[in-house]
Amino acid sequence: MGRSAATKDAHALFHSLRSAYAATPNNLKIIDLYILFAVATAVIQVAYMAIVGSFPFNSFLSGVLSCVGTAVLAVSLRIQVNKDNKEFKDLPPERAFADFVLCNLVLHLVIINFLG
Amino acid sequence: MARDLGILVIVVLVLAATCQSAVVSPVSESHRSAALELFSPAHGSYGRLNINTLETHPLRIVFDSQIVDLVFQYKISLALGHVYLEETYEALKTFKVLGIEKKHAIRTSSCASVADTLKSTSSALKDFFDALRVNSILKCELNSEAVRGTQSRLKDSLNGASSLIDFYYSIGGLVLLKEQMSEVDVNLGDADRIFRSIKALGQSDGRWRLSSNNPESSNNAAGIALEALAGVISLATPQIDNSWVSFDFCSFVLANSMKITTLKNDILKLFDGIERYDDGTYYFDEKHVGARGHQSPLSSSASVVRGIAAVAAATSETLNLPGEKIMGLAKFFLGVGVPGSAQDLYHQIDALSYLENIRHVLWKLTSFRTLYNKAHPDLKIYSSDHDFVAALVRVSTLLGSPAPTLSVRLMQIFVSGSKDASVIDQELKFDAVSGMHVLETLPKNIDVGSYIFSFEVIFHNPEHKKTYVSGGRTRVLVHITGVIKIDNAEIVILDGDRGSVENQKKLKLPGDNAVALSANHLQKLRLSFDMSTPFGNAFKPHQAFLKLRHESGVDHIFLVGNSGKKFEIILVKASSLVLLLDFLGLVEKFFYLPGRYNIQLTVGDADMENSFLQPLGFVELDLPDAPEKATRPPPQAVDPYSRYGPKAEITHIFRAPEKRPAKELSLTFLGLVLVPFFGFLAGLVQLGANLKNFPKSTVPSTFAILFHLGIAAVLALYTLFWLKLDLFTTLKALGFLGMFLMFVGHKTLSHLASTSSKLKSV
Repeated sequence: MGRSAATKDAHALFHSLRSAYAATPNNLKIIDLYILFAVATAVIQVAYMAIVGSFPFNSFLSGVLSCVGTAVLAVSLRIQVNKDNKEFKDLPPERAFADFVLCNLVLHLVIINFLG
Repeated sequence: MARDLGILVIVVLVLAATCQSAVVSPVSESHRSAALELFSPAHGSYGRLNINTLETHPLRIVFDSQIVDLVFQYKISLALGHVYLEETYEALKTFKVLGIEKKHAIRTSSCASVADTLKSTSSALKDFFDALRVNSILKCELNSEAVRGTQSRLKDSLNGASSLIDFYYSIGGLVLLKEQMSEVDVNLGDADRIFRSIKALGQSDGRWRLSSNNPESSNNAAGIALEALAGVISLATPQIDNSWVSFDFCSFVLANSMKITTLKNDILKLFDGIERYDDGTYYFDEKHVGARGHQSPLSSSASVVRGIAAVAAATSETLNLPGEKIMGLAKFFLGVGVPGSAQDLYHQIDALSYLENIRHVLWKLTSFRTLYNKAHPDLKIYSSDHDFVAALVRVSTLLGSPAPTLSVRLMQIFVSGSKDASVIDQELKFDAVSGMHVLETLPKNIDVGSYIFSFEVIFHNPEHKKTYVSGGRTRVLVHITGVIKIDNAEIVILDGDRGSVENQKKLKLPGDNAVALSANHLQKLRLSFDMSTPFGNAFKPHQAFLKLRHESGVDHIFLVGNSGKKFEIILVKASSLVLLLDFLGLVEKFFYLPGRYNIQLTVGDADMENSFLQPLGFVELDLPDAPEKATRPPPQAVDPYSRYGPKAEITHIFRAPEKRPAKELSLTFLGLVLVPFFGFLAGLVQLGANLKNFPKSTVPSTFAILFHLGIAAVLALYTLFWLKLDLFTTLKALGFLGMFLMFVGHKTLSHLASTSSKLKSV
């Protein structure tokens, strides 16, 4: 009984989260998807490294960090673009996007250089 | 110096007994051709050339390349005007002595220069002197005005002279004037004072100082001083006229003879300081480097000879100079050979011509050509430089002219290395055609060996003995060689103490031999052979070695015909050579190395025509084992070329490369990595992402497209960067792309922003 209650609660929690999430605007959902994609790629690379060993290490780092970095930048973009966020009310979303693009380009330059 | 004593010195050149470079010949064609090359005029005058260093005066640098050929650059360059009178005089004097007629090409410009110099008031004392010297050879036409002016200038300088050089130039100039222009009166009133002041600069060792404040004395200055003093004496001679029997004249003559006596003493003192080489060459050298720069022995000796010749010319008495020293000086000047510089050539030729005037020196040239000795066809004569020669003696003077009638006699023959000599006294036949004295037959008892032949010159006319210097007896080293016969050559192994013959092999020497012997350490080896000359006399060579060489390369050399502790000599006959090797005593010397030893015999001598070095075969030696403390054989020399040869190959040890994963695994994961990307795209589709907001009108859409293209371009640049570019190129390109992207992006995004704000406001 307790178990099923916990399960039921978990189910209810999950449903409420899901419905709440459905309310988010589409652009935020896109950004979330992008973040998921980046993290999944990073996980796969870590799994690969776990299998074959860490040589060459700089390549591994660069690969993982590119995924992580771009995910972080996407997170900050999401924060800035979110209309509910009072702090960035005056920041036009296009400007945030421009920053996102620029930072990504710099990140990828560094990554490519470190890739070797 | 005009007085001709009429004494010819015949110079006898002796073929020096040592080596080819000491062959000294009298003045010959090589001197003449050298003179023509060295004294080659350009710019209308003679210059000073040095074949070795090609030093030239600065004005003639342009003509260097043309100097070597003998076509004269006959250019009267009055614009440049300056004729180098000193060099011109040296050239002219050398050509005159050697008998070369070249004056016509240079005469005009030189005479013009001489006239100019004598006329000009700004000429220095040296210029007057040089001009007058050149004139004494060329005998130009001179303006009498100029001559008188010169004379007064010279006299004034003489009165005011204090240094030796001033005295020399002024007195020399006056003497030359007196010779050339008899109408000019150059007599000196106060000859005594001048004589004394020049003498005051002299020193007790016979040398002279250049001036009273210069403490250094030199032989060169002595020569100059003697010339000046002789000039004073000749200038002080009054003109002979009818009233010559007078008291003044007698006192003058007395004073003059006293001066001459002092000069003679000075010359003798100077000769005390002469230096000599062991072969009898005499020369004058300087102990200090004087103010005039370094004077070579050649120029110092030439200067002294000029001084002595001037004194000899100024007096009618004979200077009793030691003939040996005259000969030595002649040897010195001729020993220079053909000098490489013009000035050296001038000094040499000038000094030789003055020596000729002092006393004639006989120069004997002994050259040996092939002597066909009919009595002993086996013998050949070699001089010390190993040319096939026959005994020929040529007698000539220093300057190459022929000698008076005389005969050359072979007086003695010494056996080289011993004191005894046989007195021969054989006259050499004179061949009038070639001008040489020939030794046709050798004395009877000459055998193979080294000898010293001693020649002497006998004059037909006893008068000549006084005027000629012949240098006494001249000695020449001669090798008489022949084929030496070697007989009875054999190599024997003797058995132990009994001395019985175990193994005996006959050898053919010199010839091919391949002897195979074997011995143990208890036995002895004996090598013996006889050597005899073509006449049958016993012959002992300088070198006779036996070499035993082990297969490992260790050599042992034994002298044949020597006595020592380890081996004995048993002389069977006086003429035979024996080597006895007792292996028992030699075991330690051989380092206890058993095995095959190659035998090699070397026999040689300077007078032996068939010296040889030959392998004879081998001997197998059986030696006992080496004890503990025996010396090891010396290590053989490493081939010197192997030091620089290639070294052993180095194998590098690398770190083991990392283990790489299998290719399939990597490719699988490559695919796996792309999966989230497709998942992302699928999610996008599911979310309903669209391009509705993409600008529709032309300009904004262009910018939007360019924006996306710009980003793609940047990513492509990154790919290129990873593939092949370097950072700096990438950054450069990135800069340009970034500019573009900024501009385009700004345009696009601002358009989008304005669109959305319009929407919002609406």
